[in-house]
Amino acid sequence: MTAATANTDSLSWYEASARQRIDALVDPGSFVEFIGPEQREMSPHLAIFDLPEQFDDGIVIGRGRLDSSPVFVAAQEGRFMGGAFGEVHGAKLTGLLRAARTLRQDVLILFDTGGVRLQEANAGELAIAEIMRAIVEARRAGVNVIGVIGGRAGCYGGGSLIAGTCSRLIVSEQGRISVSGPEVIETNKGIEEFDSRDRALVWRTMGGKHRYLIGGADAFVDDEAQAVRQAAIDALEVTRGYGVANLEAEQSRLERRLQRFGAARDAVDVWQALGIDKPTDIPALPTDAFLAAANNRENADDAR
Amino acid sequence: METLSFRLSASTRAGGTRMQAIVGVVASGNLEVLLERAAPADSCMIDITTAAHGFGAVWEAVVRDFVDRRPAGGLRISINDGGARPDTVALRLAQGVRKIEEPER
Repeated sequence: MTAATANTDSLSWYEASARQRIDALVDPGSFVEFIGPEQREMSPHLAIFDLPEQFDDGIVIGRGRLDSSPVFVAAQEGRFMGGAFGEVHGAKLTGLLRAARTLRQDVLILFDTGGVRLQEANAGELAIAEIMRAIVEARRAGVNVIGVIGGRAGCYGGGSLIAGTCSRLIVSEQGRISVSGPEVIETNKGIEEFDSRDRALVWRTMGGKHRYLIGGADAFVDDEAQAVRQAAIDALEVTRGYGVANLEAEQSRLERRLQRFGAARDAVDVWQALGIDKPTDIPALPTDAFLAAANNRENADDAR
Repeated sequence: METLSFRLSASTRAGGTRMQAIVGVVASGNLEVLLERAAPADSCMIDITTAAHGFGAVWEAVVRDFVDRRPAGGLRISINDGGARPDTVALRLAQGVRKIEEPER
């Protein structure tokens, strides 16, 4: 199958379900699911809390083709329990990553998660650690692990830590990446520190544009499945190594970044320090104008 | 959680050749419907797990109406419900039989 046969229908990544995202991302008809819903591998914990289960435990994994090249794909369903990681949900992703390492196959992770499920917190936290290790081991073996962030739930908590270990991150304006979510910060530090209901503040602090500008993501795309697909094809063109040199380079960059922007009180101050002409215009800029304005952005070195 | 089970006779066999289809997600006011070709051609089995207790009579009315109106013969339908309204349930069931009819690629 070639790119010419790709699904060309317009689809908002933000609005789409996990299964719709996979269908729009890979070459039509190429996706084969692993441990599908018919196997009913569900959470062993939710019933204890009398909570509804989902047949795929909120994550779809499998293999497909992207512009004819074989890839593994995992997609979180952000509407089921906020896309949060539980024992089975996490184990499915860990298994996919270990298979990717063994088979030398690139992986796309479509994040849509608030972090770890509180009802299975220990299992979920362990899953986060296992997934991060599996990504590092796969990358050490020469496998690319590409993250896509543009869903309703964003990419928070343990999900953001996993994203940090990926080779490349593709983000849309709607995507948000942060360890602590807006409500968590407000609860712990007070509304003067962070007003979680101030959507403009949330997006300019954690949103796709800011993350792209400070090197927290590597590609910025429209909220459009075909734009994500093209960015994923581009991201997989180069195999990116991973070793101590990457980490040392990134550590130095982060130290410089802290010196450069550490005193900033707001994202707009950071954008000003980046040398952006009219920093207050950034949130309203359409993608093309934004990418042009982002010319001097911080650039992550395959780690972040 | 409450579980409900219905085994209904169905006059029309579900179309298409796909072995299974899934629609919807488990969220507040929403549900997922998994359809599998795993019942005798003249019957439809529906198993429901729901977070909303005490609505057995409403479920029965919705699934009977579904089997009367749609080609559901031969299907085993499994539902995880997050408290969806009857109209949402009817919509998902209709989407489900439509999806299992889709030609395979």
